Amino acid sequence: MNLAFAGPIQDGRPKLPGSLHVNRRLDQWLAFLPEGAVRLTPGKVELGQGILTALAQIAAEELDVALSRIRVVAASTPGSPDEAVTSGSLSVQESGMAIRHACAEARAILLSVLAQRSGVSPHDIRVEDGAFLAPDGRTLGSYWSMADAGLLAAEASPDIEAKPATARRIAGTSAPRLDLPEKVFGSPRFIHDLRLPGMRHARVVRPASRGAVLLAVREGALPGDAVVHRDGSFLAVLAPREQEAEAAALRLAGRAEWQAAETLPPDGAVEAWLDAAPAEESLVAERVAETPPAAHRIARRFFRPFVTHASIGTSCAVALWQDGRMHLWTHSQGIYNLRADLAKAMRLPAETFLIQHVEGAGCYGHNGADDVALEAALVARAHPGIPVRLLWSRAEELGWGPASPAMLVAVQAEAAADGTLLRWSQRVTSNGHSGRPGRGKHPTLLAASQLADPFPVPNAINPPLAGGGGAQRNAVPGYRVPALDVRMAHLQVMPLRTSALRGLGALANVWAIESVMDELAAAAGADPLAHRLRHLDDARARDVLARAAAMAGWESRARREGFGLGLAVARYKGTGAWCAAVAEVEAAERVFCRRLWLAADVGEVVSPDGTLNQIEGGAIQATSLCLLEAVRHDARGVTSDSWEGYPILRFSEVPRVAAELLARPEAPPLGAGECSMGPVIGAIANAIADALGVRPTHWPFTPENLAKAMDTA
Amino acid sequence: MIGFTLNGAAVAAPIEAEAPLLAALRGPLGLSGTRFGCGAEQCGACLVLLDGQPRHACTLPVGEVAGRDVTTVEGIGTAAAPHPLQKALLDQQAGQCGFCLSGIQIRALALLRATPRPTEVEIRAALDPHLCRCGSHNRIIRAIQQAAAEMAP
Repeated sequence: MNLAFAGPIQDGRPKLPGSLHVNRRLDQWLAFLPEGAVRLTPGKVELGQGILTALAQIAAEELDVALSRIRVVAASTPGSPDEAVTSGSLSVQESGMAIRHACAEARAILLSVLAQRSGVSPHDIRVEDGAFLAPDGRTLGSYWSMADAGLLAAEASPDIEAKPATARRIAGTSAPRLDLPEKVFGSPRFIHDLRLPGMRHARVVRPASRGAVLLAVREGALPGDAVVHRDGSFLAVLAPREQEAEAAALRLAGRAEWQAAETLPPDGAVEAWLDAAPAEESLVAERVAETPPAAHRIARRFFRPFVTHASIGTSCAVALWQDGRMHLWTHSQGIYNLRADLAKAMRLPAETFLIQHVEGAGCYGHNGADDVALEAALVARAHPGIPVRLLWSRAEELGWGPASPAMLVAVQAEAAADGTLLRWSQRVTSNGHSGRPGRGKHPTLLAASQLADPFPVPNAINPPLAGGGGAQRNAVPGYRVPALDVRMAHLQVMPLRTSALRGLGALANVWAIESVMDELAAAAGADPLAHRLRHLDDARARDVLARAAAMAGWESRARREGFGLGLAVARYKGTGAWCAAVAEVEAAERVFCRRLWLAADVGEVVSPDGTLNQIEGGAIQATSLCLLEAVRHDARGVTSDSWEGYPILRFSEVPRVAAELLARPEAPPLGAGECSMGPVIGAIANAIADALGVRPTHWPFTPENLAKAMDTA
Repeated sequence: MIGFTLNGAAVAAPIEAEAPLLAALRGPLGLSGTRFGCGAEQCGACLVLLDGQPRHACTLPVGEVAGRDVTTVEGIGTAAAPHPLQKALLDQQAGQCGFCLSGIQIRALALLRATPRPTEVEIRAALDPHLCRCGSHNRIIRAIQQAAAEMAP
C-alpha cells in the first residue's frame, strides 16, 4: 500500500524517520524561496483527507515560520520523493515524520551557518517566523536570505532531534484546510477542471463482458470530427468537444461486435462460490495451548459481498505525447507505482513518463484513477502533440473500477462458563485486497489485458501482516485468548478485478470478531462492555472503549421498543489507531443507524479537527457500506452501475456522530483515516442484534438478509 | 449561439441547443464549479439555479435556458466576498474531497430562500437528492444552520 507494505525496511543504512529513509536528500523535501516562503514537496497526495494541511503544519512547526509561508506542491515524477502510495492511514507516519525530521535538520543547518558567520552562540539564536535573531534582537539572517546558498543539497543525518511535544504550537492545532476554499468557491482545482490548449476529449467503449474479445467494428460516420482508437479489444474515441466524444462512443458501441464471456458467479451465489473457488491456504497466527473444557461454543459465518469505492466524481486523466515524452496528469494515489505499470503496459522506459498529481474526488482506495491514466496515455500516443482528456462515465466508475473483494469470515470460539475466552479460530476467505500497480511483473491496469499484445490479469494479492495485511487485516482478535488459530484462504481466481478499499479486510474481520464477542457475553450473562474490558490487556484499547461507552451513556441505557444499542472496539491493523464505537439503531421498515459515539486514540494528533473529520467520515461511510451496499452482477459483468443500482447513504439516513480523541501528544502518530470503520460496523451489527434479537451475518444488513439470518438462527 | 444570463452577466455560448447546460458551462463558458457526477440527475453535483429554481445541468438542454437566468456556485460568492453559506462551510470545515459541495450550496441557497430558518429535519430532507461519499454530511448540516442564523433577519 505504501512504504510499510512489506514491513520494516532493513537495509543497513542509519534509520531515518518515515519516507526520509528511502529519500534521504533534504532538498527532495523542501526549499526556501527568496520571496519569503517554503516550498514543501511531499510524495503523498491530497485525497480530501487534509494531508497537505497536516504536512504544512508539521513543517511550519519545526522551521518556526508562520503556516501561511508554507507552499505545498502536489506530487510529481521526478519532482517529488517516491513515497509509494498514499494509503493505509500512514501518511503522517511516513511523510509527516520525514518532513518533521528534514525541517528540523534544515533549521539546524541554517542556525549553525549563521552562528559561525556572526559569532553568536547557536544556543542563543532564536528563530521567529523564519528570521534568525540574536539575543539583542539583531537579525542575523533568514531562511529567505539564505535561499540560494545550496545548504539543503545534503543527505539527512540520523542524529537530529525535532521539537519536544510540549514545545509545539502549530502541529496539534486545528488549522483550516488549505485546499478547502477553492473547493467551496468552485475554483478550478480538480483534475476534471484541467484545460490545456488544443485539448481533445476521449471516451472508452467498454466490452460486452469481462474478458470479451472485440471481433469487429463496423465502419460508419461519427458525430463531429471524432476518430476511433483501437488496440486489440481496447476501443476508444477522440473528439474535439466533450459532448461529441460521448455521442461518438455511444454510436460506436452499437457498431462493435464482441465475443462475450460468462465468467462471474451468479449474483446470489457469491457465498457458495467463495466456499468452492480454488484458494491458497496460509496460517496468519497460531498459539497452541491446552484449555479446559468449554461451557460455551459459538460458530458463525459472516458473509460480505463485493463492494466498491463509489467516488462522487468519475475517474479522469489528461495525457500529452510530445517529443518522445508522455506528460500525464492523474489523481492516482501512487504516481511512481503508476509510472512503473505504465512503462510495462506501454513498453516504454519509465523515464518517458512525466507524471503530475492533480486532485480528484475522494477515492477511499484504489478506484479507476490508475486505469484511466493508461487509457488516456494509449489514446495520446496515437495523437502526438494533442492533449487528451479521458473521463469515465458513472457506469464505468461503478462497473469497471476495481471492486473490494467479497469475503467469508468463519469464527469458532470457546469460552468457560463465566465467559472467559479459551479458544478462538478464524478463517478468512477472500480475493486479494491489493491489485495496485507497480508491484508485480505484469501491469494491473484495466486496459493492459485488452491490448492487441495483451498482458495477463495479475491475481490481486494480500500484503503480509507485517505490512498491514489485506484479507487478514484485523483477523487476529485483540482480546486475551489462550489458544488461537487464524487462517486465510486467498482465492486464486478473480472474476471481478479486486483491490484496496478503505480498511481492506478489517471491516469484515472486526464485524465478525465483535459479533462473536457479544454472543459470548450473552451466553455467559455478561454485559458486552464488561466482557470486553476484562479480555483487553491493552490499556489504550480499554481507554477508548470506556470513553465511547461513557459518551453514549452505556451503563445507564434503557431499553426502547424498536431501538438497539451496540458497541465494538478494535486497534486498526493491530498496530495502528485504537477506536471504539457505540451505535444506536432503529429497526423500522428497514434498519437505520441514528447515532454513533466514537472515541479514538491516534497517538499524536497534528490537526484535531482534521482527524475528527476523518473519523466521522469513515464512520458514516462504514454505516453506508454495511446497511446498503453490494455490487450486483450477472455472469458477464457488474449491473449495479448507476446510483439507483448502487445506493449509498443519503442525508436523511446519516447518523448523528459524536467523536472524541484521547490526547497522546508524546506518542507516535498512528493515522486516522480508517480506524473507525470496523468498529462502527461491529457496533451497528450488535445494535441490530440488541434491537431485533437477530444476529446479522449477511452484509448489507437489509430486511432480506436479516430474514435470512432469522431462518438459519 | 445561445444567449442567457450567467451569474448576473449576459453570455452567449457557441454550442448546439440540445447540448446539456453542463457542457456549455464547463466547455465554452470556461467555468469549473458545476460538476459532472452521473449525467442522470442522481447525485446532485451539477445543480444550478434556473430563474431561482434548482435544476440539474447535466440533463438540461442549453436551448431551454435561452434568455433566462442561470446561477452557478461561482455566482454565490467569492474568496474575497464569500456568501454567509460559504463562510459557514469553511468555519465548519464542512467538506473533505469537496466534489459535492457546489451542488449542495445551490440546493442550500434555494432552501434558505424558501425557508429562512429550516429545522435539521428540513435541511436533511432538502439535501437528500445530493450524494456525499466522504461523510461530511453532519458538518454540512451544521454549516447551513450557521448560515441560516447569520442570514435571518
